[in-house]
Amino acid sequence: MYGFEALTFNVHAGYLEAIVRGHRAGLLTAADYNNLCQCETLDDIKMHLSATEYGPYLQNEPSPLHTTTIVEKCTLKLVEDYKHMLCQATEPLSTFLEYITYGHMIDNVVLIVTGTLHERDVQELLEKCHPLGMFDSIATLAVAQNMRELYRLVLVDTPLAPYFSECITSEDLDDMNIEIMRNTLYKAYLEDFYRFCQKLGGATAEIMSDLLSFEADRRAVNISINSIGTELTRDDRKKLYSNFGLLHPYGHEELAVCEDIDQVRGVMEKYPPYQSIFSKLSYGESQMLDKAFYEEEVKRLCLAFEQQFHYGVFFAYMRLREQEIRNLMWISECVAQNQKSRVHDSVVFIF
Amino acid sequence: MERRFVDNLPPMDLMRSEKMTSVQLIIPVESAHRAVSYLGEVGLLQFRDLNADKSPFQRTFVNQVKRCAEMSRKLRFFKDQISKASLLSSAHPVIQSDIELEELERRLAEHENELMEMNANGEKLRLSYNELLEFKLVLQKAVGFLVSSGSHAVSERELDENVYSKDDYVETASLLEQEMRSGRSDQSGLRFISGIICKSKVLRFERILFRATRGNMLFNQASADEEIMDPVSSEMVEKTVFVVFFSGEQAKTKILKICEAFGANFYPVPEDITKQRQITREVSSRLGELEATLDAGMRHRNKALASINIHLAKWISMVRREKAVYDILNMLNFDVTKKCLVGEGWCPIFAKNQIQAALQRATFDSNSQVGIIFHVMDAVESPPTYFRTNKFTNAFQEIVDAYGVARYQEANPSVYTVVTFPFLFAVMFGDWGHGICLLLGALVLIARESKLGTRKLGSFMEMLYGGRYVLLLMSLFSIYCGLIYNEFFSVPFHIFGGSAYKCRETSCGDAKTTGLVKYQDPYPFGVDPSWRGSRSELPFLNSLKMKMSILLGVAQMNLGIILSYFNGRFFGSSLDIRYQFVPQMIFLNSLFGYLSLLIITKWCTGSQADLYHVIIYMFLSPTDDLGENQLFWGQRPLQIILLLLALIAVPWMLFPKPFILKRLHTEL
Repeated sequence: MYGFEALTFNVHAGYLEAIVRGHRAGLLTAADYNNLCQCETLDDIKMHLSATEYGPYLQNEPSPLHTTTIVEKCTLKLVEDYKHMLCQATEPLSTFLEYITYGHMIDNVVLIVTGTLHERDVQELLEKCHPLGMFDSIATLAVAQNMRELYRLVLVDTPLAPYFSECITSEDLDDMNIEIMRNTLYKAYLEDFYRFCQKLGGATAEIMSDLLSFEADRRAVNISINSIGTELTRDDRKKLYSNFGLLHPYGHEELAVCEDIDQVRGVMEKYPPYQSIFSKLSYGESQMLDKAFYEEEVKRLCLAFEQQFHYGVFFAYMRLREQEIRNLMWISECVAQNQKSRVHDSVVFIF
Repeated sequence: MERRFVDNLPPMDLMRSEKMTSVQLIIPVESAHRAVSYLGEVGLLQFRDLNADKSPFQRTFVNQVKRCAEMSRKLRFFKDQISKASLLSSAHPVIQSDIELEELERRLAEHENELMEMNANGEKLRLSYNELLEFKLVLQKAVGFLVSSGSHAVSERELDENVYSKDDYVETASLLEQEMRSGRSDQSGLRFISGIICKSKVLRFERILFRATRGNMLFNQASADEEIMDPVSSEMVEKTVFVVFFSGEQAKTKILKICEAFGANFYPVPEDITKQRQITREVSSRLGELEATLDAGMRHRNKALASINIHLAKWISMVRREKAVYDILNMLNFDVTKKCLVGEGWCPIFAKNQIQAALQRATFDSNSQVGIIFHVMDAVESPPTYFRTNKFTNAFQEIVDAYGVARYQEANPSVYTVVTFPFLFAVMFGDWGHGICLLLGALVLIARESKLGTRKLGSFMEMLYGGRYVLLLMSLFSIYCGLIYNEFFSVPFHIFGGSAYKCRETSCGDAKTTGLVKYQDPYPFGVDPSWRGSRSELPFLNSLKMKMSILLGVAQMNLGIILSYFNGRFFGSSLDIRYQFVPQMIFLNSLFGYLSLLIITKWCTGSQADLYHVIIYMFLSPTDDLGENQLFWGQRPLQIILLLLALIAVPWMLFPKPFILKRLHTEL
């Protein structure tokens, strides 16, 4: 029965919910971001971050810092938090936590396959992978020549295996196919995640379905915009849209036939939640779209914390941390390249 | 009369917190660092942060703080390296002249560069050594796989064969075996790759190779005899030697790529036995050389680390002090002329002379022309609470502070806690045998006080060490209570004479049914030893201990309320006295004070009255006749009066004070 989670949730997941709420209280606030934006050098950033939760991770770095080091160490903190939670979790929370990382796994797989296609060194690619999406035999992806081999050699052991049923072709891998593969995998992953959350029921299903619908819709818009002017046919484009979300099915029909950004805009403005996003952009502009989507996502993620006794807080925390790391990367880059005026272009304040 | 007596009592230092005063310091810039450093050593001044609204890197001395942070990072790196090299930290501090901060910075940078260079070289050497070692291991084991017909039996023992065969390739599999046995393994394009891989990855590696070559390969493995040190994590890793037989060029590229992906290193092994022996000899000799070089390098590094180790503790404390000094300096404000720093803070009145002496020393030592101005300032907020404690009272003060720090100049409960806390523990502990053990433990801790104080203890030992005086008092009181309860490891003794009870007959046959009879004066001190093992031991002891606890508890509660009276008098708050102290005393004593009175009366008169019954029916039906529960004449009217007093006391203590306070505030 929905509404009675308070009776039983804390038995298995109470400790972890407390931990994740503690972590959420340590996210950087607007005051922190203001201070960070006023930093002159990367050393100032390091000094400011040493007073936050990132302190222990950055304090042992020698002085000439690079932006990549900062981002790496902050990601390390995220990974450690995640691993701590994962090893304390029981079913079904542990499966839920693992689902959160499948997106990163897909990104890593695509990264390695693309890199191998362009003849890069495997070890170099491995270093660029996101640590949350690492799995054991990931390095072997470099050996695969086409998708079938990819599946047969490596991916059959990973949790991504069931997502492959839709995209096994015998074609050789090239850039276009890889992108299509990525989006197909992600679509299958989102639908699987959605089904899993629905099965969990209760507050988790409600909150996660809202967050995942937003994700699906955002991806649909991005796919539409990115495939304008490419050789992707309308049917292929439609196949990449997920089968849930606010835009399903009528919005998808209309998006599939869009040929430029204003048409996309016209479609989206019919849906009230997205109308507010698109109204902030002027005609013909798409750079701020990313930032607008991030802002909307952050708003929804923060709302997930308002309710207790559901798993959505874990998902929301991971996403918020990732957004924070993106912010830190942007600020560090701006500071390192002396372009402080552009700092506020892409920083999304969480609180 | 009474008031003069109470006021003329000697001052109790710990009873109320020290009198504090708000002070302002104006320090010229050249003597600022020294002044703060000396003030830190005196340790009796608390600075207020005047720059609280500034972010950390807007403050004046931010660069120095950064330098200190950088230095402490280097020191942490050294400490890490020293502990990895398993050198013991030096126990004896070296007395050497103080060095300046810049000098220290320079030396630390030097040492760090040196260490990093040595580490890099060591790593390179270690890598080549590992390669050679792996080659040697591969040669050792792979020889067994590439067997000639003569030593077939030997190879069978060493082989860990996994022969795969798909249905179509059955013949090929047996062909492989035949070829192996005949020792001519370079026929028909069959080639092999030999290498070494971490043991943990072997299973996955095998599986991936199988999939990649569609089963057309033969994989043999044997675990290596020695472990190899991984240079990154400095751990010994177990490795497995493997040999993969395959055919075809494509398979070779795939297998090589997979080897690379898994971090397996492959080494060419010649098939000819004489060549194998030759290469083995070469490799062994080179290994020996490299080992010698590595050892020399490690010794050199350990020497460098040892020389750092001697000073390390001193440097760490120096850097921490400097960082603390700069943090305090960041709390001060520059004044208008930018030549002086202005600071505000609190200090106890008795410390003013000490502080002024320290400031004068600072002015003198830094050759400043202008002295430091130190004067009292008025403050709006109430001063902080400061208790002067010694090593004995410190533990008790900390226990009381854990419940809540007293307001400025409020009565300090820790004065009484010194006795009541260990005593209540003893009431619960109550065994003089265990008490003696606890006493010995506490005495050991106190005897080794100075030695244990300097060392770094684990968290449990730290707790025991910090509470050693508490443990001492606890043990002394436990011995006392143990004698009262007459329990020595739960066994009663006849220390204070014989028992007062004896059996009715000499055979003691009905001792458990009718009981013993009292034949002499009661046992002088404590519980009579005859109680132990008797049928009514528990009801008796339970009743005794419960009544004792009530008496102790009510006494302590009364003490607390009386302390609030003294607080009221000290702060001149008649409101507190009239509307808090008086009704609280009345309420407590009319109910629980009366209960204590009943208990004492029952003990003294030996009455059989049921006190539960008396108290409960005092509330339920106060006008009823007490019957056999009557302990003294006039008990019923007394109970009615006390009940009425308690009822009046409750609204008296809850209502008037808030309304009066509200009226006072609105008037203001």
